[in-house]
Amino acid sequence: MSSDQDHLQETDTEARFEFKKEERSSFQAEKGLTEETIRVISEDKGEPEWMLKRRLRALEQFQKMPMPTDWPGQPDLSEVDVDQIIPYIRPDVETRESVDDWTDLPDDIKDTFDKLGIPEAEKNALSGVGAQYESEVVYQNMQEQWEEKGVIFCNMDEAVQEHEDLVREHFMTKCVPPSDNKFAALHGAIWSGGSFVYVPEDTVVEMPVQAYFRMNSEGMGQFEHTLIIAEEGSEVHYIEGCSAPKYSAFNLHSGGVEVFVGEDAHVQYSTVQNWSKNTYNLNTKRALVEADGRMEWISGSMGSKATMLYPASILKGRGASDNHITIAFAGEGQNIDTGAKVYHNAPNTKSTIESKSISKDGGRTNYRGLVHIADGASDSSTAVECDALMFDNESTSDTMPYMEINESKVDVAHEATVGKIGDEDIFYLQSRGLDDDDAKQMIVSGFIEPLTEELPIEYAVELNRLVELEMEGSLG
Amino acid sequence: MATLQINNLHAKVAEEGGETILRGVDLEVDSGEIHALMGPNGSGKSTTAKVIAGHPAYEVTDGEITLLLDDEDVADIDEEVPAEKREWDLLALEPNERAALGIFLGFQYPAEIEGVTMTNFLRQALNAKSEEREELFENEEEAEADADEESGYDTSPMEGPADDGDIGVAEFQQLLKGKMELLDMDEKFAQRYLNAGFSGGEKKQNEVLQAAILEPAIAVLDEIDSGLDIDRLQDVSEGINALRDEQGTGVLQITHYQRILDYVEPDHVHVMIDGEIAQSGGADLAKKLEDEGYDWVREQVYETA
Repeated sequence: MSSDQDHLQETDTEARFEFKKEERSSFQAEKGLTEETIRVISEDKGEPEWMLKRRLRALEQFQKMPMPTDWPGQPDLSEVDVDQIIPYIRPDVETRESVDDWTDLPDDIKDTFDKLGIPEAEKNALSGVGAQYESEVVYQNMQEQWEEKGVIFCNMDEAVQEHEDLVREHFMTKCVPPSDNKFAALHGAIWSGGSFVYVPEDTVVEMPVQAYFRMNSEGMGQFEHTLIIAEEGSEVHYIEGCSAPKYSAFNLHSGGVEVFVGEDAHVQYSTVQNWSKNTYNLNTKRALVEADGRMEWISGSMGSKATMLYPASILKGRGASDNHITIAFAGEGQNIDTGAKVYHNAPNTKSTIESKSISKDGGRTNYRGLVHIADGASDSSTAVECDALMFDNESTSDTMPYMEINESKVDVAHEATVGKIGDEDIFYLQSRGLDDDDAKQMIVSGFIEPLTEELPIEYAVELNRLVELEMEGSLG
Repeated sequence: MATLQINNLHAKVAEEGGETILRGVDLEVDSGEIHALMGPNGSGKSTTAKVIAGHPAYEVTDGEITLLLDDEDVADIDEEVPAEKREWDLLALEPNERAALGIFLGFQYPAEIEGVTMTNFLRQALNAKSEEREELFENEEEAEADADEESGYDTSPMEGPADDGDIGVAEFQQLLKGKMELLDMDEKFAQRYLNAGFSGGEKKQNEVLQAAILEPAIAVLDEIDSGLDIDRLQDVSEGINALRDEQGTGVLQITHYQRILDYVEPDHVHVMIDGEIAQSGGADLAKKLEDEGYDWVREQVYETA
C-alpha cells in the first residue's frame, strides 16, 4: 500500500468514525456494501434489533436486484457503481467536518448562494451547522404549539427511538417496501436522517411543516427517509428541501418518502430541489390514500446529472384523490426523467397530473407516467397534461405516458404539448421593452406558474430566481 | 415632438436567398400625427412595421430608420441630453432599446403568454423601459459607476430586487385602472394571463391599452382593425384617438380598410405597392382607394417606372 493510500485510509477513518476510531477501523477495509457495513450504521445509531433486520433484508433485496437498464430512454446509470457505495458515503461525512468553513464549499454551490443574494450569515446557515441551529429555533417554537395537539415532527433517526411503535408499523412496510426497486432497497439498507411527521385524528396543522437544511448536517443525509402519517380527518402541508442546493460532494442521492393519508385526510407534500450537477438523484416516493383522502404532490426538480423520480399515489379507498404537479429543468449534460404514478384501486377515485419540463443547451427531460385503473374502480377519472418547453434544437423532451385501464366506466384524458420557446413570443415581449433574457425568463416563469402558485411565497420567489439562474447558464 | 424618419429602406427575409420585400420605403411620422399605411396584401406593410420594431426575421439591406427626439421627449431624463443622444439610428438598436426610446408595435397577432398576468407583465414592461432609458441616456462615467455597483448582490431574494426607481405595485394598479377605464375595459382583464384566451377584439384592445400604459412617441399599429365587430372597432378607435390627443403619440396605422379611418381620421394616407410607398395624400386618398381599389395606383407606378 502506498503512503497516499495509507493517508487516505486514515482520513476516512477519522472522518467516518470520529468518536470511535479504533473499533471501526476494520469497517473501511470492506469494499462495497456489505452486511457488516449495515451493522455498523445501525449500531452507530443505537437502533433496535428490528430496524437492523429490516436493513439487512433490504440489503439482500438490493444485492439480488438488477440495475434498471432497459427502460426506453432512461438515463444512463452505468457510472453508478454500487460496489463503490461506501466510498460514496465518505465525502458526505467530510462535509459535516467542513461545513463551518465557507471556503471549503465547491465553487458552484458558493456561486449559487452569491447569485441568490443570500447574505453571509444565511450562507453559513445554509452550509450546514448554522442551518441546523436556525431550523432548530423555528422547529422548537412550532413544536410547543403542535405538541399540545399531539403532532409529532422530528428527525427520523430520533423517531425510531422515541416513536418506535409508529415507525415499526409504517416504516417501509406497506407503502414503499424495499422490494419495490433497486434504489428503494438500497435506501432501506443505508437510510439515515430525514423527517417524521405524525398528525393525529381531526387535527389541522395550519402552517406548512418545513424540513429545510436538515440534510447537510446529517452525516449520511443523502439517504434521508421521510415518513408522514396523517390520521383520519387531519390536514398537513409538508415542505422538504429548499431552493438552495443541498451540498453534495457525493454523487448518489437515494431518498425515500412514505405518506399515509387517512380517511378524509389531506396531505400536501411539496419539494423544490436543486442538486449539484454530479448527483444521481434516484428516489422513491409514495402515498397510500384511504377513502376520501386527498394527496397532493408538488415538486420542482432542478440540478443533478440524472434524476429518476416518479412520486406515486395508491388510491385505496372510495373517493380518494390525487393531484400531481411536477416541474423539471434540464440544462447541458442533464437528464431529468420524472413523472408520476397513480393507482386507482377503488371506485370514485380521481387524479390529475400536470407535468411541465424545460430543457435547454442539449438537456433532456422525460415525462414518464403511469395511470392504472383497476377493474372495479368505476366512476374514476384521471386527467394527465404534459407540457414541454425547449429552448433550442439540441434539447430533447420525451413524453412516455402509460395508461392501464381495466374498467370501462371511467373518464380518462391525456394531453401533451411540446413547444420551442417561440421567437415571436420573445419578440413580442422585447417590443414592450424587456430584454432578451427577461423575455425568456418571463415566459418560463409563466410556464411554471402552476407550481409556484402552490408554494409559500418565499419558495416561489426562490424557485423563480433559481430558474432564472439556470437559464443564464450561471449555475454549476 | 419625436420624428420617425424612414429613408430608402430595403429589407429581405433574413435567410439564405430570402425574398426581398421592402424596396426603398420613405416615410416620416411625427408624434401627434396619424398616418394610415394602406396597400394590397403582400405589399410590405407588416414587414415595414416589424422592421421598425427590430424583428429578427428581416434583414435590412439598405436605408435608414432614424428617431429624432426633442426636449419634450427626454423631459423625464434628469440631466441635459446632448445633441448626439437626440438622434438615434434605430437599426443599430435591440427591439427593447427601440421600445425604450418610444417605439411601440401593436401586433396583428399578439403572442399569448400563459401564467403571466396582465398586471405583472405591464408593470415589468414599464419598469424595464424606464431602466433601459436610463441606460441609453446616461453618460459614460455614470455607466461605469453603475457597472461596478451591479457586480455585487446586496439584497436577499426574500426582499426582492433593489428597485428604487421602479413603479410600485399599488401605484401601478392605479395607473392601470385609470387607463382601463379610459378604454372601457373590464377590470378582470388585469388578472388574466397576457392575451391567453382573449378574443380577437380583446387582443386588439389590449394592444391599445399597452400603448396607453407605455406612452410611446410613435406607435405602429399593424391591422389593429382586423376581425373587429363595429362596437369593438369604435372602442379601439377611441383608444387610438386618445393616444394621440392625450399622450401626443404619433400613430402609423396599417390597414386594409377605410372602415377604421371613419373613426380615426388620418392626417396622411400612404399607399404601399410592391415594397414602396407609391402614393401619399390626405384623408381623401383613403376614400378614393375604398371606391376605386389599388389598381390605379399600381398603373401609375408602372407608368412612371
